[in-house]
Amino acid sequence: MLSGLRVLDLADEKGFLCGRMLGDLGADVIKVEKPGGDPSRHIGPFYHDIPDPEKSLYWFVFNSNKRGITLNIETAGGQEIFKRLVEKADFVIESFPPGYMKKLGLDYPALSQINRKIVVTSITPFGQTGPYRDYKSSDIVSMAMGGLMYLTGEPDRAPLRINVPQSYLHAGGDAAVGSMIAYYHRQQSGEGQHVDVSMQESLIWTTASAVPFFELHGTIIKRTGALRAGHYENAMERQLWPCKDGFVIFNIVGGVFGAKINRALTEWIDSEGLADDFIKGTDWQKFDMATVTQDTIERVEKPIGRFFLNHTKAEIYEGAMGRGIGVCPVSTIEDLLQNPQLMAREFWVEVAHPELGENITYPGASAITPVAPFKIRRRAPLIGEHNQEVYGGDLGLTETELNNLKQSKVI
Amino acid sequence: MSGVFDGLKVADFSWAIAGPLVTRYLADFGATVIRVESSQRPCLLRLSAPYKERVAGINRGGYFAFFNANKYSLGLNLGNAKGIEVAKKLVAWADVVVENFSPGRMEAWGLGYEDLKRIKPDIIMLRSSNQGQFGPHASYSSTGVPLIGLSGFPPFIGWPDRTPLPVPVAYTDIVSPRFATAALIAAIDYRRRTGEGQCIDVSQFETGVHFLGPAVLDYVVNGREGSQTGNASPHGAPHGAYRCKGDDRWCAIAVFTDAEWDGFCKAIGNPPWTTAPIFSTLHNRKENEDKLNQLVEEWSMNFTAEEVMTRMQSAGVAAGIVQSSADLVADPHLKHRGYFLKLNHEEIGPISSLGQAFKLSKTPAEARMPAPSLGKHTDYVRTEILDISDEEFVELLQAGAFD
Repeated sequence: MLSGLRVLDLADEKGFLCGRMLGDLGADVIKVEKPGGDPSRHIGPFYHDIPDPEKSLYWFVFNSNKRGITLNIETAGGQEIFKRLVEKADFVIESFPPGYMKKLGLDYPALSQINRKIVVTSITPFGQTGPYRDYKSSDIVSMAMGGLMYLTGEPDRAPLRINVPQSYLHAGGDAAVGSMIAYYHRQQSGEGQHVDVSMQESLIWTTASAVPFFELHGTIIKRTGALRAGHYENAMERQLWPCKDGFVIFNIVGGVFGAKINRALTEWIDSEGLADDFIKGTDWQKFDMATVTQDTIERVEKPIGRFFLNHTKAEIYEGAMGRGIGVCPVSTIEDLLQNPQLMAREFWVEVAHPELGENITYPGASAITPVAPFKIRRRAPLIGEHNQEVYGGDLGLTETELNNLKQSKVI
Repeated sequence: MSGVFDGLKVADFSWAIAGPLVTRYLADFGATVIRVESSQRPCLLRLSAPYKERVAGINRGGYFAFFNANKYSLGLNLGNAKGIEVAKKLVAWADVVVENFSPGRMEAWGLGYEDLKRIKPDIIMLRSSNQGQFGPHASYSSTGVPLIGLSGFPPFIGWPDRTPLPVPVAYTDIVSPRFATAALIAAIDYRRRTGEGQCIDVSQFETGVHFLGPAVLDYVVNGREGSQTGNASPHGAPHGAYRCKGDDRWCAIAVFTDAEWDGFCKAIGNPPWTTAPIFSTLHNRKENEDKLNQLVEEWSMNFTAEEVMTRMQSAGVAAGIVQSSADLVADPHLKHRGYFLKLNHEEIGPISSLGQAFKLSKTPAEARMPAPSLGKHTDYVRTEILDISDEEFVELLQAGAFD
């Protein structure tokens, strides 16, 4: 749907997903790295654990659907070339520290002079202004400052982050939405604008009801391990349950909505002789999560726990969903690759990596958009892979000019 | 100042989180978002704590209020044939229809994509669901919580000596709106250029898997499944959350480069232990990580989380308070950014509304209305938008169409 649009993507790991999403929607995204490659190519995991800048799996997955050029924007020559590229571009995405692009004469005010339509999206840990704007960050710091970390983990140990970095992805995702909103405005008005994305803020949605709980009750929701916090003040129900060959996620839902489900679950457990009198005697219609005690919750959860331990993930998943009970297995990656629903939807796509001599399986579409079916058109770029195509082809630079630029380390 | 989406008409049948966050993006930037609601089946968030003064009520929920500013509420009974008639009038008005029910629910009401196309051939329908509109598990029904497990997050959360842990919120409900909204805006623009609408199918499960992309490739290529590693990172040490002075106060610290290590040592006063060879390189620090973490915490326990953060940041080291909800509300930086906007809710009174993580320089988000009481705008919608006369309204009311 965005074919015909061009994106200049200077972002590091903090912003990869933004360009990727625009590329997935059809835009021509050009990854712009400094000569020698972006430092983010050193982020693992690596192909066969070889820490090579052309083998970062992190780089691969979030920079597919992008071409790649090298350009040193800290040189006058590089800035000139960048400005020429901006003339024909629709989006610029960057994640440099606030003030850096301005210092180089490449901030939004400068670029909008060159191309009135340009949308410049800046992704930083805390945004372009404010007391923390120059603070250094990384995923764990963003997860901490954004509030999700406080809610995650075991109560008797330190709060936890998720060890696949998530903050960069929330920021990148929000940046893509912000860029699209700015683009929509441009379509109506002919003018672009600056989109200032804060990674800290993009995490706050993940704190769900924590802020309202604090504002209305003064309650600070804390981490509760495998239990589910923050919904009822009297009791916490279990979320993560061990089973025969792994774990499942399920939580008791009360009231009218949950009564049917809980009855079905009780019957199922009973059919295997594992229901005790307490759960069989529970009036699910009247089971109000807002007033039941922790003791009651634990007593009804006991036979459920025993039941789950008696069955595999697959048995529980099929059996539960077939009875309208919402339980899901905790998938391993192997489970995901074999998941029949993902396979039926053709979620997994093969991406060719000729330099590695193999195809690698990637997650595919993030949304099914019938007018423009999703495709991974190309794997992530090698360092400077499309210099010839972009500089020679698009900008019309000659072989000699290209060589000069290489010699003077501009590209 | 007019909003980007001024004049964009959204018939919002969605509920809970995954759909409403999509329409929140649009509403904050000027779209007219009309939520179709029923007291027979209130939005899950209207039935969720925290309630004002701990008294339950469908218009007293802080969670709903936090998420749903800038939206209108039309009270319709979709279980009633006349209610469906009114819903169809709304579709005729709309540019976009958003829903996140289990696949088949809208069809059962006569409001599936084919039905909508008969009313408006170029309608854009965004359908967000647990596992997508088709496939063997499309009918598998649950809240967003179990999808945390299905998408595969728990193996990446936890301590090496304990079980995996869940993400503490309905995570995929919050991940999916990013993808859904970007695609939706592209679709609206595409229709403006070509006249062609479409039905967009988003699976919350699939969007969750996208956020585990590198882990997927790590397994495909290296055979490695997820494992619980606490707060460790292969790229840095010290790297973790360290206990600070006070009750359950922590500061995250992340040291990656040699320069940062030097800065870190300086920030903690260059104690002799930092010069030990076992800590001299990243590799060595990783080898002796438990001991390292213990020593760091022996230092950090003497300072508040704020002090640790500022000392580290002054020394060029990434560090940040592990912020609770109270910290977020008091955060001076978020205050400067104006992230939480206090709106005056009809029944709850002043309560913060969640913000947007991006600021557009020319067309900023606007907080126009607090979250609506259920059915607050029924009269407004039927007169100003659907042009239903008083006589017809009375008929429909008596027939049970409205809620």
